Amino acid sequence: MPRRDDLHSIMVIGSGPIVIGQACEFDYSGTQACQVLRQEGYRVILVNSNPATIMTDPVTADVTYVEPLDVDVVTDILERERPDALLPTLGGQTALNLTMELVRRGVPERLGVEVIGARPEAIETAENRELFKAAMADIGLAVPESGFAHDVEGAVAIATTIGWPIIIRPSYILGGAGTGIAHDEATFRRLAAEGLAASPIHEILVERSIAGWKEYELEVMRDRADNCVVVCSIENVDPMGVHTGDSITVAPIQTLSDVEYQAMRDDAFAVLRRVGVETGGSNVQFAVNPDNGERLVIEMNPRVSRSSALASKATGFPIAKIAARLAVGYTLDEIPNDITRATPASFEPVIDYVVTKIPRWAFEKLPGSTPELGTRMQSVGEVMAIGRNFAESLQKAVRSLEQGRDGFAVGDASEFAELSSDELWRRCVVATPERRLLIRPSTPAPRSLKRPRPITTALLSPRLRCVLPRAIA
Amino acid sequence: MRAPSILTLSDGTVFEGEAAGFLPDAGVTQGEFVFNTALSGYQEVLTDPSYAGQIITFTYPHIGNYGATALDDEAVRPWCSGVVVRDLSEVASNWRSTEALESFLVRHGVAAITGVDTRALTRHLRRAGALPGAFGHAPRHVVAAAARDARGTDGMDYVTTVSTTSTYTRGERGAHVVALDYGIKATMVEQLAQRFRVSVLPASSTKAEIMAMAPDGVFLSNGPGDPAALVTATNVVASLVGEVPIFGICLGHQLLAQALGARTMKLPFGHHGSNHPVMDLATGRVEITAQNHNYAVAPESLTRGVVSHVNLNDGVIEGIASPVDRCFSVQYHPEAGPGPHDARYLFGRFVELLETKVEGA
Repeated sequence: MPRRDDLHSIMVIGSGPIVIGQACEFDYSGTQACQVLRQEGYRVILVNSNPATIMTDPVTADVTYVEPLDVDVVTDILERERPDALLPTLGGQTALNLTMELVRRGVPERLGVEVIGARPEAIETAENRELFKAAMADIGLAVPESGFAHDVEGAVAIATTIGWPIIIRPSYILGGAGTGIAHDEATFRRLAAEGLAASPIHEILVERSIAGWKEYELEVMRDRADNCVVVCSIENVDPMGVHTGDSITVAPIQTLSDVEYQAMRDDAFAVLRRVGVETGGSNVQFAVNPDNGERLVIEMNPRVSRSSALASKATGFPIAKIAARLAVGYTLDEIPNDITRATPASFEPVIDYVVTKIPRWAFEKLPGSTPELGTRMQSVGEVMAIGRNFAESLQKAVRSLEQGRDGFAVGDASEFAELSSDELWRRCVVATPERRLLIRPSTPAPRSLKRPRPITTALLSPRLRCVLPRAIA
Repeated sequence: MRAPSILTLSDGTVFEGEAAGFLPDAGVTQGEFVFNTALSGYQEVLTDPSYAGQIITFTYPHIGNYGATALDDEAVRPWCSGVVVRDLSEVASNWRSTEALESFLVRHGVAAITGVDTRALTRHLRRAGALPGAFGHAPRHVVAAAARDARGTDGMDYVTTVSTTSTYTRGERGAHVVALDYGIKATMVEQLAQRFRVSVLPASSTKAEIMAMAPDGVFLSNGPGDPAALVTATNVVASLVGEVPIFGICLGHQLLAQALGARTMKLPFGHHGSNHPVMDLATGRVEITAQNHNYAVAPESLTRGVVSHVNLNDGVIEGIASPVDRCFSVQYHPEAGPGPHDARYLFGRFVELLETKVEGA
């Protein structure tokens, strides 16, 4: 299917200012999209409130509005420019949220502007927790079971159907107060009571705990002929519980057999089709139980994401450029591969190297913040390194952080070499930026430790020892 | 500490590495060097009988990460001659694993060489084409002599070596399919058995032996070596064309093409990997496929039947069909083991073919 000739002008929404969790990767994707759409002969109208990005340079789009990313302002611009289409999937969560707000107000419909890339219903299904859960149930995929409770007995009833361990999250609380993991009913009753007390509305979310599970991401693309490809597979070095943006990640996946990987690939495509992303890139996240391979769907982003930028650079497959072309009607086999120029984009990149991403934090610049990692992203940037094996790419990434470290300091050469094994284990329990430097899997677990597993899996090395040379492991 | 090992190609190119896996007494292993680009599925690749006579170079550097398990075997043993890797993992990190990959190789008598600059080797094979050669921990001149003596797969019949010697059956429902085992993969048998009652027969079976089973359809499996060397098998297939519906995969596809009068040719370095885009010309849909073939059907030689599938990377014929003869075949691996499941619908197409009533019958 060739490009759509019924469209002449397209509005692209940028991601606005650079903030923690949404940084220059969206300037990269948005700028690429604008360039590609102009090359294709469309009139590109850009809205982005950030004057400090190359995206708002006059050459990027035909018309550029450096205006607040606000529903009223964008409505005015839409009324004035009357574009044929609106492309919301390349400007991060900001562009997606803004578009959903416009749709709720009926603006695109009133002005005859078509939302391309991902339909509003698809965005809604992916973003709304309950809708997503139901959609996954439709296609027979499992998500972590959960339910809300308002008293201890209700909580116990939910917990009994889910099974241990259970994580308790009080609603509307700050700083994680009252959150805890229970492995048995007695502890659960105590934690549930504490959680209910901590919540201003006496509500807790009772959810199956998957802390310590392996976490994976697949970057997938789909065109309007329903061709699907996996651009890149990513394994998080930090297990579930640490935000992907704060995790060290490795591409490709290191510790899944082909049987497990292909089943995950099938699931990712099923998610894409069910959610209804008709064209473009998406990111599907999975958790895998390291003990039995059980696989759960965690979430999907129906847009170009932070991981897409990494995947593009890791594989040479320009996701944003291709997503823009798919949005205007091309199919993957009609788009040339950016690297070979001779073969089509309808393939799955394979690499003969390993890519490691390490986030860069700046807790020292944020007075009052605690250097403790969790489900909220706190890193301010990241480095990516390519090596012919995992150790090489990991070491290069550490050096690229420019924190005065030539690479991993391990074993006897480590500044942590003097720490007792008890102290090492104590420090590994909490996810911190420093934890990754504490690699020493030979460290014996302290006898006092009752549940060593969540702690061992919190360490980088036991899971990835397969790819670490003995010098490091 | 591993012993140093030398890898020498027949053109004299030398790579250095370390001996791993099984250590043969002679200290040297011969075969044809090919490369596979799959990121996962090394065990399925190693046990695929189509690799008989070949030494597999994995382009992905870490091999052995998730260990080995009998669940992933495609045959009772690996049939490849040897393995070349960049980084053989000593530790397995996966719950399914029952042993490290190296102990699997030792147990099955497969020699390996690790620490090789597989990127340089792959680039060399891309330029020069698949080359015979040798590797091992024997002295350099011994390996060099073995490399000079090594022969490729041209004109070689490995099918007799890898085929089953006795008939066996799988599957309980559906039409009765005779599968001719030229080196059949376990996943292929499994995919057939989910849809048919399958009788797997030796590659040497005659038309009379096949028809005596009263099959509703005949399946031609994958297998190793040069299809042009398999004259008897081609004649058997030719005698079945038109008599019974046929579905072929890989070598089975090449044999069907030859039976329909076409020729096969050797590709420079073949297709070995899990990411090849193939277009189904009937629907325009693109499927990502697992492939493992050094030979392909020569386009101008196909006069009976039509091309149904093509490789989008290089235009190589990936599937043919002759509706009047009620037969079709694909060059790639729809059963996928390893590889993506995109093309498993073809087994369904075979079901439909068997269910279609023949006019006048």
